[in-house]
Amino acid sequence: MSARVHSQRRGWAGVFWLLLGLLVFVAVSVYAESANPALRRIFSLRDYNTRVVMGGTGLLGVACGVIGTFMVLRKKALLGDAISHATLPGIAIAFLVMVAAGGTGKYLPGLLIGAAVAGVVGMGTIILIRHHTRLPEDAILGIVLSIFFGAGVAILGVIQKMSTASAAGLETFIYGKTASMLAADGQRIAWAAFILIGVSLLLFKEFRAVCFDSGFTRAQGWPVRTLDAVMMGMVVTATVIGLQAVGLILVIALLIIPPSAARFWTEELRVLVWLAAGMGAFSGVVGSGLSAAFPDLPAGGVIVLVAASVFIVSLLFGRSRGLIFRAMARYRLEQRITRQNALRALFEASEHMPAGQPVTETALREIRYWRGMQLRRALNRLVRGDLVTRVPDGWRLTPDGQEEAQRMVRNHRLWELYLIHHAAVAPSHVDRDADLIEHVLGHDMVKELEALLAAATPEPPVPVSPHPIAPAAGKGRV
Amino acid sequence: MILPWKMSGLPAGPEHSPYAPVSIHDVTVAYQRKPVLWDVDLDLPEGKLVGVIGPNGAGKSTLIKAILGLVPTASGEVKFYGGTLRKHRALVGYVPQRESVDWDFPVSALDVVAMGLYRRIGWFRRIRRAHYEEAMKALARVGMDSLALRQISQLSGGQQQRVFIARALLQDAQIYFMDEPLVGVDAATEQVIIALLRELRDAGRTVVVVHHDLQSVAEYFDHVIMLNTRVVAAGPTSEAFTQENLLKTYGGRLTLLDEAAHAVARAVHR
Repeated sequence: MSARVHSQRRGWAGVFWLLLGLLVFVAVSVYAESANPALRRIFSLRDYNTRVVMGGTGLLGVACGVIGTFMVLRKKALLGDAISHATLPGIAIAFLVMVAAGGTGKYLPGLLIGAAVAGVVGMGTIILIRHHTRLPEDAILGIVLSIFFGAGVAILGVIQKMSTASAAGLETFIYGKTASMLAADGQRIAWAAFILIGVSLLLFKEFRAVCFDSGFTRAQGWPVRTLDAVMMGMVVTATVIGLQAVGLILVIALLIIPPSAARFWTEELRVLVWLAAGMGAFSGVVGSGLSAAFPDLPAGGVIVLVAASVFIVSLLFGRSRGLIFRAMARYRLEQRITRQNALRALFEASEHMPAGQPVTETALREIRYWRGMQLRRALNRLVRGDLVTRVPDGWRLTPDGQEEAQRMVRNHRLWELYLIHHAAVAPSHVDRDADLIEHVLGHDMVKELEALLAAATPEPPVPVSPHPIAPAAGKGRV
Repeated sequence: MILPWKMSGLPAGPEHSPYAPVSIHDVTVAYQRKPVLWDVDLDLPEGKLVGVIGPNGAGKSTLIKAILGLVPTASGEVKFYGGTLRKHRALVGYVPQRESVDWDFPVSALDVVAMGLYRRIGWFRRIRRAHYEEAMKALARVGMDSLALRQISQLSGGQQQRVFIARALLQDAQIYFMDEPLVGVDAATEQVIIALLRELRDAGRTVVVVHHDLQSVAEYFDHVIMLNTRVVAAGPTSEAFTQENLLKTYGGRLTLLDEAAHAVARAVHR
């Protein structure tokens, strides 16, 4: 089970890094305490209102991170975007209805119910169009998104012309404004977040199966459509509770960015979900805090920018898929391959020479192609590793190097034999394939090959190369 | 009137056996306006390895998906032991095409295999240690236990296919449907999979396999269903897998005809 332990450790390392980031953040804000009175007031959480706002957006981030992970893995990210835009006409119509009923129209739960209804209607419209036409999915999403949003903007325009009602503030739903959040709003977000997280945990196994292989899951008898509907219903819920804080244009960012950023750190779904939740919380808390400290900054934009910085850090430094990590892994692999190629070439060249005679670079270049300084650099590294020594007229394997090279050549030739005998590969193409695979050949595989090829292998430890190692063979390779 | 596609092979036409594991009654499937399967009407035999062959676009995958209720049928019905699919769902195992899923998904081989138990585990329940142990055993049967905890994108095509087969083994089904399990796999994997399919068959299970390689049809399958939108022929391989039926199934596709001729020659020599 060591591999599991390993991969989990790597995943939890992501959590560790995130905590480290939070720590750095706290340190910075402690510094800021002496520097900026506004920041000090906000991040010391002395204000009751600030606590409500930051707690609310933090929980919103957790909920969005969790359900967003499943949404992204189900490849429904753009559907989420369409749904959030589709909420606008719902808000506007709910306002009109409430004014007509004699109220001020500013009753928030009423507006949010309108938003949720419109979001569901938008999703239903998408499903209907998809079912009855052959339009491509992205076109359908674009159509529904723009029509609903356009309708919302138009109705808002009408409302603003009406003299009876004061519609000031409705447009905050587009860009988000945390300053207006009250304790009741924070409580609503908290309840919704707990429900979303609870349902995600309860249906974790089911969601994982649907996201990975919906066909198999359906064939097993699971109601895939219902599970999808539950998932999308959760996306609508997260969107609606996020409207006030982040705004309907940007709430999608909280659903998509944290899971995508978390993916750079881990290969395990369970870790991915919690990491996305943590990143969402971080974005919400820090973003809304900054926006509260500088009231000119709209909360939605700041929260997204914080999420974006988390994303960029992950993209670069992610321990599993980050750019730097991958570049380093690739560089190490290339180093290992050239090093092994050099050892093998030395061995193969000396095989056909009287014992003890050094191998010249010319001879090595006849055996295989080397880019520019590649050969010299590889040889120098081998010298540093005490596998090769430099002698006046060439290079020579040390006893350690001889042993290592022999083992490698053996693997390589076993692999060649395997390909020739067990796979339909023409022998002339084998060397190249073997070069690539040899470097990932583990101990277990070698064991398996030995067993498979025991009959075909002559007793001396290194079987004879199945193709001529003449200079001509080198030219044949692409 | 005797319809040409009901002439050969399995007991077809109106006389369906109530004991057949699967009987397909005049199933027609249409995507949009274009029918892809016409009036398929046959029984699948119990305890046999059944190959489904036919050219690209002949409806091989669609047939399996229609049987499993994954695509809507325009007409017709599929019965499992005379009952409905809903009633006998636990008896049915499925291996989808390998390309149908995203192999970059953040799960390990073991996680995927354990999905074969989800039906038995049931709603809301967690996967327990005993389940994972069972999944490990299934992985060992396909020779993959040492790679159980690898993320699935790090597996080769053949290894990914073995994971799918292991997942199906855990379903412990009576009837298996496998969509091209031998496409794009290495020779060693092909041998492992074929050995397992034979093991299942010898244990009395019915295994239906969509297959593309005509060369190996006679070697691998007891029964064959030759499909080109309609069923051209169905029956024991020795009777149905003839040059004439191959020509009818693959008609006009010249490159394939050569292959067909070879395949028949080999079948005759066995």
